[in-house]
Amino acid sequence: MLPYVSRRLLQAIPILLAVAALIFVLFSVIPGNFATSQMADGRSNIDAETIARMNQQFGLNDPLPLRFAKYVGGLATFDLGDSFRTRQPVINLIGERLWPSLQLALGAMLFAIVIGVPLGFFAALKPGSWVDMLSMVFAVSGLSLPMFWLGLLLMYAFALTLGWFPSFGYGDGDPRYIVLPAIALGVSPLALLARTARAAVLEIMHADFVRTARAKGAGSYRVMRWHVARNALVIVLTTLGLQFGSVLGQAVVVEKLFAWPGLGSLLVDSVTWRDIPVVQGCILTIVLFFLVVNIAVDVLCAVVDPRIKYS
Amino acid sequence: MKKFAFATALTLAALTVQAQAQEPRRGGTIRFTAPYGASFVSNDSHVSNQIQDEIYTYALHGMLYKWDSKAGKPALDLAKSVTVSADGKVYTFKLRDDALFHNGRKMTADDIIWSYARIMDGSKNFPGARYVARIQGATEVQKGQAKEISGLKKIDDTTLEMTLTEKADPGYFLFQGQTAIYPAKEAQAPDFFNKPIGLGPFKFVEHVPGSRMAFERWDKYYQAGKPYADKLVISPMGEAAARDVAFRNKEIDVSVLGSTQYVAYKADANLSKGILEVAEVFTRNMGMNPTFKPFSDKRVRQAINHAIDSELIIKRLVRDKAYRAASWLPLSSPAFDKDAKPYAYDPEKAKKLLVEAGYPDGFEFEWTATPNESWGIPIVEATIPMLAKVGIKVKVKPVETSALGGVVVGGDFQAYIWSNTSGPDTLTALKCFHSATPRSSCNYTTFKNAAYDKLIDDASAENDPAKQLELLKKANAMLQDEAPVWFFNYNKAVMAYQPWLHGLQPNATELALQRYEDLWVDASSPAAK
Repeated sequence: MLPYVSRRLLQAIPILLAVAALIFVLFSVIPGNFATSQMADGRSNIDAETIARMNQQFGLNDPLPLRFAKYVGGLATFDLGDSFRTRQPVINLIGERLWPSLQLALGAMLFAIVIGVPLGFFAALKPGSWVDMLSMVFAVSGLSLPMFWLGLLLMYAFALTLGWFPSFGYGDGDPRYIVLPAIALGVSPLALLARTARAAVLEIMHADFVRTARAKGAGSYRVMRWHVARNALVIVLTTLGLQFGSVLGQAVVVEKLFAWPGLGSLLVDSVTWRDIPVVQGCILTIVLFFLVVNIAVDVLCAVVDPRIKYS
Repeated sequence: MKKFAFATALTLAALTVQAQAQEPRRGGTIRFTAPYGASFVSNDSHVSNQIQDEIYTYALHGMLYKWDSKAGKPALDLAKSVTVSADGKVYTFKLRDDALFHNGRKMTADDIIWSYARIMDGSKNFPGARYVARIQGATEVQKGQAKEISGLKKIDDTTLEMTLTEKADPGYFLFQGQTAIYPAKEAQAPDFFNKPIGLGPFKFVEHVPGSRMAFERWDKYYQAGKPYADKLVISPMGEAAARDVAFRNKEIDVSVLGSTQYVAYKADANLSKGILEVAEVFTRNMGMNPTFKPFSDKRVRQAINHAIDSELIIKRLVRDKAYRAASWLPLSSPAFDKDAKPYAYDPEKAKKLLVEAGYPDGFEFEWTATPNESWGIPIVEATIPMLAKVGIKVKVKPVETSALGGVVVGGDFQAYIWSNTSGPDTLTALKCFHSATPRSSCNYTTFKNAAYDKLIDDASAENDPAKQLELLKKANAMLQDEAPVWFFNYNKAVMAYQPWLHGLQPNATELALQRYEDLWVDASSPAAK
């Protein structure tokens, strides 16, 4: 297992480099730069001399290959550069935003798992029942509702109307603050997990080995516990991994809406102000998180299903 | 008689209660919002020119001057008095001897000198350099030719002499948060910006990036008895809809309103009681590039002003959250001419002007615009049929908001629509149309008119404020006639506030910038304790 994990981690390096190159090229060709973006509100008049000085200071006058080489060289030593806006190391900025983002991602996934997986299982056990109908309504609406709209709806319903939760902010360790943003972020993975779990259970329930187990006199509980649930879990885990990895990226909208101090809001601000080092750092962190979670899920799948061998 | 005495007593009691109710109350928490898109950049007010950061700077720091919203002009803040030399270039400040940094140390002239030199550090490119550059010798520091600003001289700890490069009122450029005064020695400590200290009414407590900045009262603030509130929490909340929920849910004390919310709040019996409106010093306009041939003709520019029904757009699209612009200077400017009439919507006159200019069949132009709802593509789209009526075709060229500045400064446009600062310093605002001002500074339309230049030069040299004002009025009137831009509107900033919050000021430079030391919450606030 260890060689497998090491190999997967090594494979992540070219992926990260490719992503870094892509972001670098994209942000080099889109119009606008940090200096001129400072004038966006029409309040500041930045003269040409200052713009030139800023471009010089941030190395934006260098040829593209040289800038890229410098950037990759920095990456090799875990130096993500300094933010144009704050003049602070990007790694520090990411460091202070990562934990709130992880909290939100964990909260969202917890919500999705606790509701989505049982919902899918129960729906599959009684196809066509009201539970099944409900799970499908959840699945379709959960996947199609825009996150921004859903977030606002939650605010209106649970903060303004019912007064159960605060409508925004990070709080001081008060868990009530995470509830609404976690639900807004977790509804989409919930829907997908419910659908996947339902489909997996339905498929496995009709598999030969389940029929054989029943023919051998195994009880319903034993069949469900040892044959259906365990096999379905591998499929659910794979979906879970993909979703868990991507919620960090999807959190952009939710974090801005709920004033949650995560990576997403840092990324949006940095794109707006063309703070390229921070944009690159945030995206690389999100990609890295995605890769690590997926490796972890693969390992977990092997633990759940001993037939899976990584060699 | 008894009845009269009773009634009188009741009235007096009522008046007393009312008076008490208006008496500022100490304690409680002010829950403010920074209502624009981004988070606070950092804890260093010098690094950012974004209004979000100015909002927290007003709590944490002090500047040499402050903006007096009631008087509509700058006032001394860290100095008790100032004397000006006969040529208007040398200012001698008698600094406050009771202004203490949040570590208890007394501010001295050295702190001001060090802070301004830091702002001019060429390797850092701080945005406030454009203000401090007006002090003699500042640009030499920026270029690395000097270590100290020669125009700043310490006479003693509480006396500072400042020599300017030209005659000007430094109040207009040294009240900005980007020119905050830091404690010279302490600010050089490596961890200073983790817990910055300033001269402002509130001490820094914590910054949760993207979520909030919290402060507590500075007991030794130089204005006796102020600030009133114990705590201040400022949350950056860029999403208007989220702010609306938080405001209605009584989680925040103020919210800056967009045009849709403005209509909704005005229509609500309760919410409409707490609305503060002010004409901010911004002019929304369409700048025309004279290198695009039709726009070099004044008659074409005037025709465009006549061809667009600005009032209709303001009413229908901007929902009356703006004031019709007559010329460049906004309503809050002392040189605004109340009798000036904006260009009338008159398509026939526009057509006539186009014929006179040699464009009887009109022409086509490319209009660069951002998605901004108040001064972007939606506004351009509304003008398209109006301009088509007089034969002018418009091709919209969309750009992202953060790219617009680069496009305009680079001169890569035929026309653009933007919202530009038109104050608070009238002379500075009008100098943007002086031919000596390059496009890269603020003469975006490269306007050139010898008569206009003379008016501005005369106004610059004039010592008598009343005469200077007259010259500036004339210059503004000339701009209206020359029409280098389509004068669309002046921004009407609207702030909704909770009934328990008192002391808000109609700040025309930016309504979201408030003097927190003057704000107080009464006992009905959910955060009164």
